[in-house]
Amino acid sequence: MNPLIPLLVAVPLAGAFLIMILGKFVKDINKYIATLTLMFLVAATLVLMAGTGSDVAVYRLGGWDNINGIPIGIYMVSDGLSGIVLCIINVVGLLSVIYSFTYISRYTSENNYYALFCLMVAGMNGVVLSGDLFNIFVFLEIAAISSYALVAFGVGRTELEATFKYQILGGLASLIILFGIGFIYWRTKTLNMADIREVMGSETGKPLYLLVQMLLLCGFGLKAAVIPFHAWLPDAHSSAPSPISAMLSGVLIKAVGIYVLIRLFFNMFIISNETAVLITTLGTLSMVFGVFLAIGQWDIKRLLAYHSISQMGYVVMSAGMGMILLSKGIKPEVAALAVAGALFHLINHAAFKSLLFLNAGAIEYRTGTRDLKEMGGLAALMPATSSTSLVASMSISGIPPFNGFFSKLIIIIAAIMAKFYLLAVIAVLVSIITLASFLKFQRYAFYNREAANNGNNIREVPFPMVLSMVLLTLFCILLSLIAIPQVRDVVLTPAVNVLIDPHLYTSPILGM
Amino acid sequence: MKGMTLIVKKTTQLIAGLVFLYGIYVVLHGHLTPGGGFAGGVIIAGSFILLTLAYGSDFMKLTREETGTTITENLAILTALLIALAGLIFGAGIFFSNWLPAGKAGELISAGVIPLYNIFIGIEVAASILTIFLALIIFKEEITK
Repeated sequence: MNPLIPLLVAVPLAGAFLIMILGKFVKDINKYIATLTLMFLVAATLVLMAGTGSDVAVYRLGGWDNINGIPIGIYMVSDGLSGIVLCIINVVGLLSVIYSFTYISRYTSENNYYALFCLMVAGMNGVVLSGDLFNIFVFLEIAAISSYALVAFGVGRTELEATFKYQILGGLASLIILFGIGFIYWRTKTLNMADIREVMGSETGKPLYLLVQMLLLCGFGLKAAVIPFHAWLPDAHSSAPSPISAMLSGVLIKAVGIYVLIRLFFNMFIISNETAVLITTLGTLSMVFGVFLAIGQWDIKRLLAYHSISQMGYVVMSAGMGMILLSKGIKPEVAALAVAGALFHLINHAAFKSLLFLNAGAIEYRTGTRDLKEMGGLAALMPATSSTSLVASMSISGIPPFNGFFSKLIIIIAAIMAKFYLLAVIAVLVSIITLASFLKFQRYAFYNREAANNGNNIREVPFPMVLSMVLLTLFCILLSLIAIPQVRDVVLTPAVNVLIDPHLYTSPILGM
Repeated sequence: MKGMTLIVKKTTQLIAGLVFLYGIYVVLHGHLTPGGGFAGGVIIAGSFILLTLAYGSDFMKLTREETGTTITENLAILTALLIALAGLIFGAGIFFSNWLPAGKAGELISAGVIPLYNIFIGIEVAASILTIFLALIIFKEEITK
């Protein structure tokens, strides 16, 4: 058993507690502890992924082994899919911490900020590594509660209103999820996801099975802000401090929302055609409505937040297409392509959306406003911010050779090969509208010279902020390499295999 | 914050010590009887809250106490985490493994590391509930000022 798996959760927790103790006595130690913690996590994730490869690694906490093939302890599971999401969490987390050095120094109580940040990372790592439903719930609450506090970090009117809305809807989501878990436990007497698949496998299509599926779909849909459940996202993501917005939009909705949805519906439930169609419809709706809500926004961060809904729609729709094909049992290679497209877009979205939020933070840091109408001519004054945000805008709108192009291309090709022509057309149209709204962002923020009335001491942001933005830009360009088949086999294929063939996931856990 | 009347003060004086001892009893017997770290910790915090409410306290003292409880809380939970991490080094070498000898079932000193978890979780819960209580009082004092 690989000790790195529990350390990925234990180290950020220890980091958070150490910050609260030592931060009271030593000035500025909080940012060093946070950075070292996140650096360790990035290194540990890479070592873990390299060691695991395409296997499924199981860690039995406390050494409680299976008895007669029934898992009785708490298991942590690391496979290709969790490896990808762990990479996203910890890399974006590290860059956000570096960005925070100067950005967060205008607020008081930096100790609380860095401690909550480490707790949030610990919670997300826990969700991704957990092998049973109840621990997913516990770690989800750790991540969610620290994010409520972080959204309210500015303690102004809008921040408090946003976090209140976020808490109410987040609490409702947790309640629904707990309700669903309760039903599953009542029926199966087990919480281990692989075991639930075995025990509940014979009940497909029964009312209870459908009820549980719908409860968990609503609960995690709320966390992932799929369209009928999206009301909290624009407020929460736009009011938080910018590095936190980057974490929420780039990482949190993926780790506690999309990842769990994908894991549950591919690996725990036996996919039925109706559920698959429902998930695809929800994804398509988020894709279309998210982008239409976004294009009218003049507040940069609200615009970006609505685009998160739309881009997550791509991921959900593509995964849903894979589910439809799998449930019908036809064209498994197209299903694999659709799922690969979804995961590829998930990775890409983490890179460009975090970058865009960091850009928005940099603009706000220097100009003090988030309103596009009050900006203009920043391209000459803030060259690094301007060029990095240009790359990110082109990535999100799907312009080659940036990463967003390739993932959208794979999704569209998969839709055409699966004969979902309507979905392919919608995906292209949404991409065009996305391009339009980001052209608006670029023009009003960076090139609108006439409106430039803010010449007074606006200059480039400090070095740590530039460093994280430039590194994320490099990711935006380099991630295109995943489109090459050899790289794809290393990065995406292990995750896709685990999702397409649930037996690969369940058999190492149940020891069969 | 002002204190309460003499009757309340005297009664609290008599009761608070007993409540505190009972909390410690519940924490220490966590592996034998119902209760444990969380329940006992809440009871321990209750005795401190009783005293603060009955006798009152001034603002500066409250903020100093809050710093103290925050540090205690974090130290306790850090120790609990370190005990779990020590499982990686001692015994079977597994996170959260029970690396102390199990002893005889039913005795006070038995069940390996579980009483240690109970004790540190008890301290953690007591300190964190006290922190929440103090934060609320400090907030109220700041408003009334």
